[in-house]
Amino acid sequence: MSATNYATIENHPILGRLTLEAIPLHEPILIFTFIGVILGGIALVGALTYFKLWGPLWRNWITSIDHKKIGIMYMILGLIMFLRGFADALMMRGQQAIAFGDNMGYLPPHHYDQVFTAHGVIMIFFFAMPIVTGLMNYIVPLQIGARDVSFPFLNNFSFWMTASGAALIMVSLFIGEFAKTGWLAYPPLSGIMQSPDPGVDYYIWALQIAGVGTLLSGVNLIVTIVKMRAPGMTLMRMPIFTWTALCTNILIVAAFPILTAVLAMLSLDRYLGTAFFTSDLGGSAMLYVNLIWIWGHPEVYILVLPVFGIFSEVVATFCRKRLFGYSSMVYATAVITILSYIVWLHHFFTMGAGASVNSFFGISTMIISIPTGAKLFNWLFTMYHGRIRFELPMVWTVGFMVTFVIGGMTGVMLAVPAPDFLLHNSLFLIAHFHNVIIGGVVFGAFAAINYWFPKAFGFKLDYKWGMASFWFWFVGFWTAFTPLYVLGFMGVTRRMSHFDDPSLQIWFQIAAVGGLLVAAGIACFFIQIAVSFLKRKELADVTGDPWDGRTLEWSTLSPPPDYNFAFTPVVHDTDAWHDMKKNGYQRPTTGFLAVHMPKNTGAGFILAAISALVGFALIWHMWALAIIGFVGLIAAAIIHTFNYDRDYHIPAEEVVATENERTRLLASHV
Amino acid sequence: MSSHNHDNHAHHHDDHHHDDDVPHGTLYDYVVGFVLSVILTAIPFWLVMGKVIDDKTVLSLILLGIGAVQIVVHMVYFLHMTPKAEGGWNMMALLFTLVLVVITMAGSMWVMFHLHANMMPMPASMTGM
Repeated sequence: MSATNYATIENHPILGRLTLEAIPLHEPILIFTFIGVILGGIALVGALTYFKLWGPLWRNWITSIDHKKIGIMYMILGLIMFLRGFADALMMRGQQAIAFGDNMGYLPPHHYDQVFTAHGVIMIFFFAMPIVTGLMNYIVPLQIGARDVSFPFLNNFSFWMTASGAALIMVSLFIGEFAKTGWLAYPPLSGIMQSPDPGVDYYIWALQIAGVGTLLSGVNLIVTIVKMRAPGMTLMRMPIFTWTALCTNILIVAAFPILTAVLAMLSLDRYLGTAFFTSDLGGSAMLYVNLIWIWGHPEVYILVLPVFGIFSEVVATFCRKRLFGYSSMVYATAVITILSYIVWLHHFFTMGAGASVNSFFGISTMIISIPTGAKLFNWLFTMYHGRIRFELPMVWTVGFMVTFVIGGMTGVMLAVPAPDFLLHNSLFLIAHFHNVIIGGVVFGAFAAINYWFPKAFGFKLDYKWGMASFWFWFVGFWTAFTPLYVLGFMGVTRRMSHFDDPSLQIWFQIAAVGGLLVAAGIACFFIQIAVSFLKRKELADVTGDPWDGRTLEWSTLSPPPDYNFAFTPVVHDTDAWHDMKKNGYQRPTTGFLAVHMPKNTGAGFILAAISALVGFALIWHMWALAIIGFVGLIAAAIIHTFNYDRDYHIPAEEVVATENERTRLLASHV
Repeated sequence: MSSHNHDNHAHHHDDHHHDDDVPHGTLYDYVVGFVLSVILTAIPFWLVMGKVIDDKTVLSLILLGIGAVQIVVHMVYFLHMTPKAEGGWNMMALLFTLVLVVITMAGSMWVMFHLHANMMPMPASMTGM
């Protein structure tokens, strides 16, 4: 289907532009993937039916508005999408390792372009964001002594909107194709003239739908942190993770509307022929680049700030010390929150702005490394004279500190406009941002999973496989990305599916080996979970406090009961749980009362599913379906407002039974 | 503690530091706000319709100024955004939003103007659109 006849194609009244040609039967890789997905899907559906799990799945998970279950679902979504994104990464490494000279590799350019776009979009929006949001969802209410978030239904809805966006991305693999534009879809390449096919539309609608979820969950968590802290927990007594979560969600609420607006303007350009970002009729493609990075740079900090919070919790716990410089950590976080809004131009120094603009943004970028450096010193000084236990979360944290410092320094190099003109869009840039995102966000995610897994599931993760996973990741990361730094200095640019100079090949082959080492690290991680599940009796955590923790989430059961805390804790100090233990806190064993809780509802899932349908209809120009779907969406939302059956009480007997069971467990343990 | 716990609902669990609830305006407030809004709308209407000021620049500045005052009136009387409301959080959020909007808009204009200043001159056929 050539570009010209696509633009003039007649819309089928019901199917829009969707034809049988949209199914990529000519792509053997996709066909095999599709067959695999179908077989896996049939197996999953069969298993769910055979074990009669549909009911429990719907009642206990899909409709759940418990922040803990939603947090876990976010993590599962993130990990599934991570596998897809990583498969894309391995395909790119494989292609670049062999595609030299006469060998064109196994991926034709139009497929390769989709692969790198999907890799970027998935890793940022559908791996990193769900993991970070999931962790905040799970941990923040527990850390502040609350029973749920402020708006529990909204939380469920947010999750399913994110999942709907992810589903649209996955559908693009088998129906039509994905964008070939790079992960930020710069025009004019993403405009209708250069990209007439529906790939960019998949990109737009997946991000718009997921963006609604992200924004609402940001609002929800801000209100939760501001309004629902336990008595006595002043702002300056909040755990650092909660602080970073607060700043991150402020960034989300302030930054995501810009992304929404930019993508809306891009869709107007594509659907209605407006000229916001075109090269003629007074539009400017550079305005898109400018606006999307005003969202894009805060987005970097949205991902990394909570991770800084995770490392702060881990370091304090495993060094058995109060975090060094608590208030400087808070101020550093706040300063980064503000500064992250005045550095965006460093992503496009080369676009042709003058010296004054470039120097302003170069200097502001260098300044932002100061609060970040302050954080690193705080962690180091916490470790200094601490009694460090090298449990898995701590191992990931030390790995992060080593890796992230180097990524930060290459970032400061790129902040200087003059060298940036040489390194812009080179593999040096690729190495830099993977260095901070993998070294920061991914290592942080693994630290968090190892740290909080016993809280969420009641047993620790296996140490041996965890160490294997860490070392494969650590060595694999450096093997994969050091060659890219070298190649970047040689001037090799990103997003190439083929190279002519054979002397470069050895570097790409080394990088491919690194990719395989990381794959081994990922395999070890899943084996770690499986092994730990099999050894769950041995690894069980009956105390609720396996690491001798310092914050309130460790004061309740592992896994926590639905109501989190039988009595709302009272806070007298930072590191509230440590303070309670030190002062001989006695867990109350009598006087339990019924607990008032929000009730599950399927409305969030239904609304998000209709949204995904509307998105699909818009992608394929199925106007009739889009209009019906949109009306249905509004109707479903209105109907939901008439649902007054929103809450219930967990009876006092049930609370007593749960708490007595805990008393028994604690007694048997000591 | 247990009595305190009793009326703590999971989704309505106010922090005791911010027990000043959302302020509800009195009828007096709404009337004052309404009258001020009407006056602040009538003045620009009269200025434009009655052709009171000839200088377009001065007129636009006055209209924008009155518009800004009107925004403040709405925020104070209808949205109840006083410095005390919600324990100061409303005011903080407003200031933060203003700072970011100014950064975004002023920054974009500066960046795009500078870009324009450094571009090669366009052929006449492509300008003036």
